[in-house]
Amino acid sequence: MDQLTTIGLNHYLTISALLLGFGLFAVMTRKNAIVVLMGVELILNAANINFLAFSKFNGGMQGVMFALFVIVIAAAGAAIALAIIINIYKIFKSVDVSSIDSLKE
Amino acid sequence: MSNSTYTVIFYLFAALTVGSAAFVVLTRNVIYSAFSLLFTFFGVAALYVFLSADFLAVTQVVVYVGGILVLLLFGVMFTNSIMIPGQKSEVSNLFFGALLLLGVTGGMLYTFSASPGWKISGKTLQGSIVELVGFETMSHYALPFEMVSILLLAALIGAAFLARFDNKGNS
Repeated sequence: MDQLTTIGLNHYLTISALLLGFGLFAVMTRKNAIVVLMGVELILNAANINFLAFSKFNGGMQGVMFALFVIVIAAAGAAIALAIIINIYKIFKSVDVSSIDSLKE
Repeated sequence: MSNSTYTVIFYLFAALTVGSAAFVVLTRNVIYSAFSLLFTFFGVAALYVFLSADFLAVTQVVVYVGGILVLLLFGVMFTNSIMIPGQKSEVSNLFFGALLLLGVTGGMLYTFSASPGWKISGKTLQGSIVELVGFETMSHYALPFEMVSILLLAALIGAAFLARFDNKGNS
C-alpha cells in the first residue's frame, strides 16, 4: 500500500513503458502514415518522461537538457515527415504505407 | 500540498495520459486519434510538472500542442477524405502488434517489479528549474544548442521546399 501511495520513480517508469508499448503498437499495426507518425511521437514522449524522472531523482540537469533537445528534434522530424507524407499523397493519392511500393512515378 | 491530494492528482493525470494514449492507437478514426493525442500531450505536460520540470511542461504545451498536433491535423485533413462518414483507417499485423505491446510493456513492468529498487540520490530536483536551464544552455550545452538551432532551421526550410506547390505540375 505504501508503494502505491508514495509516488516514486517506478510510477513514472510504468507510465513511460505503457506509452512506449502503445507507440510501438501504432507503428506496427496502423496503415495510415499519419497514425504511424503519432506512434513515433508517443514513443518520444515516453523517452522524455524517463529522462525527466531519472533527472528528478538523480538531482542533476542532464536529463532535463536532453529532454529539451528531444522535443526540438521531434518538432523537426514531424515537419519533415508531414512534408514527405503530403508529397506521397500527391503522387499515390493515398497515405497507406503498405500500398506505397514503387520508387518511380 | 498534502501527500494524499498529491497522490490522487498524480493518478488522475496518469490515467488521463495512458487512457488517451490507448484511445489514440485503438480507435480506427484518424481524427479521433489526433484529438485524443491532445489529451495525451496535456497529461504528459502535467507529469512534467510533477517531475519539477516546469519549463519543459510549458515547452511541451507550446511545441507539441501548438505545433506538432496542428501539423498532424493539417496532414490528416490534407490527405483523408474526412467528409465521408465512416471512413476508417486500415489495420494490419494485429497479432504481432499486440504481441509486441504485451511483450515490451509486460517485460518492462516485470523488470521494474522484480528489481530490488533504485538507489535514489539524496538531493532531488526541487522548485523551478527555469534558471538552471538557462545556465546549462549557455554553459555546458552551448554547442548542442547552436547545432540544434541550425538543424531546426534546415529542417523547416527543407519541409517548406518539399511541400511546396508545384506550378508546372498538375497538382
